[in-house]
Amino acid sequence: MLACLIGYFGDFDLAEEATAEAFAIAAQRWPSDGPPDNPGAWLVTTARRRAIDRLRRDRVLAAKLRLLAAEPSREKGEDDVAPTPIPDERLELIFLCCHPALALEAQVALTLRAVAGLSTEEIARAFLVPADTMKRRLTRAKAKIKLAGIPFAVPAAPRLQERLAAVLAVVYLIFNQGYGDHQDRSGLAAEAIRLGRVLAVLLPAEPEVLGLLALMLLHDARRAARFTGEDLVLLADQDRSRWDRRQLAEGRALLDRALLDRVLPDRALPGPYALQAAIASLQTESELDWPQIAVLYGQLADLTGSAVVRLNRAVAVAEAEGPAAALAIVDSLDLPDYQYWHSTRAELLRRLGRADEARAAYGEALARARTAPERRFLQRRIAES
Amino acid sequence: MQYALLIYSRPGATEALSPDERAAVHDEYMALRKEPGMTGGASLHPVETATTVRVQDEQLLVTDGPFADTKEVFAGFYLLEADDLDAATEIAARIPAARLGGAVEIRPVVPGPS
Repeated sequence: MLACLIGYFGDFDLAEEATAEAFAIAAQRWPSDGPPDNPGAWLVTTARRRAIDRLRRDRVLAAKLRLLAAEPSREKGEDDVAPTPIPDERLELIFLCCHPALALEAQVALTLRAVAGLSTEEIARAFLVPADTMKRRLTRAKAKIKLAGIPFAVPAAPRLQERLAAVLAVVYLIFNQGYGDHQDRSGLAAEAIRLGRVLAVLLPAEPEVLGLLALMLLHDARRAARFTGEDLVLLADQDRSRWDRRQLAEGRALLDRALLDRVLPDRALPGPYALQAAIASLQTESELDWPQIAVLYGQLADLTGSAVVRLNRAVAVAEAEGPAAALAIVDSLDLPDYQYWHSTRAELLRRLGRADEARAAYGEALARARTAPERRFLQRRIAES
Repeated sequence: MQYALLIYSRPGATEALSPDERAAVHDEYMALRKEPGMTGGASLHPVETATTVRVQDEQLLVTDGPFADTKEVFAGFYLLEADDLDAATEIAARIPAARLGGAVEIRPVVPGPS
């Protein structure tokens, strides 16, 4: 509904205020008069009329009124609304919130506020910033949308793929913010999955949209088994009976669609989200196909050029070919500041029986570990080796 | 909406081109002036010709050179009437400086009294 009004007026604040007013009027009237036949249409129309009233009062915005000339006259009673279908403008709203002309943190906050419907306070808590800071961030972003003329529109075909990549990055960032937290009190992972579902409904032919949703579902399905208390449990040690089977199946089905729905010839190769989902899917099989996982990581590394992905490939190679081959890959990577480069090296050295070097490498990882559970895990490893 | 497309170019970028390429770039700038929605603009002489003026305690301070000492220099601007930021961005992307090591800054223009 908010999407619909922002689309109509191109003004975030106006749309928000009018929506709130419409709900207030509904709360007043519906209990005594009974709800209208089409509550959604009634709310949109009422909010639209409230917004038009505001615009009429505001001389500075008089120019905008001309755009509304086609609007049916207000003389009709407010309740005899024709049950016209409400246009689904959530996609426009998502592209507006994730516009690259906004700072990434503003894109994330706006998406959670306007699309997911979280309160400013909830978003502030989830990102560990004071509510006032988050409020200012949102206000600044909304002001920029208005003043810079950021469009409420789905980008045209030549820009669609790069803009969609930005949208997916915002959704995945929200997911990871929640997934990385052992409690995820704000429910960000669930919100991200909800956003992913909305996108999958609105853009069902985009393999990467399906790939991202599959990836999030496959990861999230293991949520209950990922921590004991605050401590991270490695994939191999997770209690598989606590995995969400239904969610895994849904993720796999989406992944199949992402990989098989190759409508256009230039989509022949899977994108980064579909590849990651494929890896996540293989990692939940009872017998792990490490050579295949290594191949997929190789494709993902070629696609992204990421040294971190190459590091992940090394982990798979360690299982497929042994620790020596993996260590050669790890040592060829230049990631001296990356905690997991050191911990992976340490693990491989330990398996090769090079205990002194392993202990030193665990120490390097420990010096860079940021969370208490990770520090405890590394300390245990040092004590054992 | 009206936008100013502020062009920042990397000094020496055009000089590094062949005479033919330079002529082509010049033609691109001239063609952009004829783009629908273009309402004005100016191309500036090189930054070596710049003079910066300040007034401190009613004292006039005149110095040689540009105000900001940056790698890219302000080289000119277009004024463009466009539907929204995306439309303005498509035009900005066609300004040669954007691909020749410089950048284009898009700023919405405050509407004048009408």
